[in-house]
Amino acid sequence: MLPKFWRKIRFRYGLIGSYCENCGNYYYPPRNLCPRCRRKGKVKEVQFSGYGRVLSWSVVHDAVENFWISKPYVVALIELDEGARIIAPLDCNPREIEEGMRVRAVFRKFGEDGEEGIIHYGTKFVPIG
Amino acid sequence: MVGIVSYGTYIPRYRIVVDEIARIWGEDAEVVKRGLGVEQKSVPGLDEDTATIAVECAREALRRAKIDPKKIGAVFVGSESHPYVVKPTGTVVAEALGVGNEYFCADLEFACKAGTAGIQICYAMVKAGMIDYGVAIGADTSQSRPGDALEFTASAGGACFIIGRNCIAEIEGTFSFTSDTPDFWRREGQPYPSHGGRFTGQPAYFRHIFMATKGLLEKLGLKPSDFNYVVFHQPNAKFPMRVAKMLGFGKEQVRTGLVVPYIGNTYSGSSLIGLASVLDVAKPGERILVTSYGSGAGSDSFSFVVTDKIEEFERNPTVLDKIRECEFIDYGTYVKFMRKIRR
Repeated sequence: MLPKFWRKIRFRYGLIGSYCENCGNYYYPPRNLCPRCRRKGKVKEVQFSGYGRVLSWSVVHDAVENFWISKPYVVALIELDEGARIIAPLDCNPREIEEGMRVRAVFRKFGEDGEEGIIHYGTKFVPIG
Repeated sequence: MVGIVSYGTYIPRYRIVVDEIARIWGEDAEVVKRGLGVEQKSVPGLDEDTATIAVECAREALRRAKIDPKKIGAVFVGSESHPYVVKPTGTVVAEALGVGNEYFCADLEFACKAGTAGIQICYAMVKAGMIDYGVAIGADTSQSRPGDALEFTASAGGACFIIGRNCIAEIEGTFSFTSDTPDFWRREGQPYPSHGGRFTGQPAYFRHIFMATKGLLEKLGLKPSDFNYVVFHQPNAKFPMRVAKMLGFGKEQVRTGLVVPYIGNTYSGSSLIGLASVLDVAKPGERILVTSYGSGAGSDSFSFVVTDKIEEFERNPTVLDKIRECEFIDYGTYVKFMRKIRR
């Protein structure tokens, strides 16, 4: 688990994805190969602005052990302003969510490997305003 | 000219009012509010800790500074609630900022004054030519035993200051006063701190703030009337007012930087959020005095002179905006958020 977590730290903390210079599409998580252009693609790393809008969401009422204390919590499909789509936790009252709601990225705790383990940090989203 | 190039703050959005805590423990809320001068305090969410608070305030400071994060040569995080006992908070912050790998880093701990200690270290490193910019953060999610007097004020928040040249507020001078005074402590493995009750006043808070501030004024040849604003560490609203009077400062000089009535005592963030609140409204040429206090015990005193650069500096959202943006919770939710109850 440790190496897997460590390898993704940059992308989770900083919302770093990829951009294909051939077709102009953005991706998150980052890709080594553009799924549209394949061999013709020219993929570069990109730092997203962290702003976007909610496309869809789920409210989780029956959570697994590590997330039990946070229920009910929201997991949303968010379209970043650059065009990439990301599934991420959305920190807000489930009754206040609307389709198209503007959101911004924040740095939060994702979870931890028990009381003695590593703490996982990453990007969540909150409503703007 | 070395000083503050940029600053940022973060205050968690949850609040609990003193009346609600007093209701649970059978205290007279009006007596508590009158005694402390505190109405409510900030509470961190379940997914917030000192590292997340430090990152959020540092990102705001970096965005306002408009500098390349790779130019940051040092990151110091001062706190008494670092998420790990062994493993730095500073590396999490630096990674989230995109500083790269060539930087100095250490976590600092000196009760509530570790953030100002970070400013002094960055100031010295910039002056020595070791770095171009240094990041100093004071952040805490402070702990308090249920039912203890501390529970009315122990809150969460943080502030980040980027220190360098070409600044919005020059550091005119700094002076520290330190002694071995056991007024407040937390032993290894203990979940909550202990304190010496009334002993935390005269020989601790008042002596150290008084001596550090007096030492700075003498060193710079300045008097209280030379300052437009003064910010002292704010464990409650009464102590900073009283020490201001002892030193010859007026209530008006203290008021702008006094945030404790609305967010409580943010420990390492306390005097620094107060300073940020003053910088939110300060004008070029104005002089600000800041004296922190950390139990154990010591105080760092600073004199800042605001420069013309502040006029073009982005100061929104202000500390006041963040104080206003809040959601009130009851005591049950509070103990859940603070992990004071377990399944």
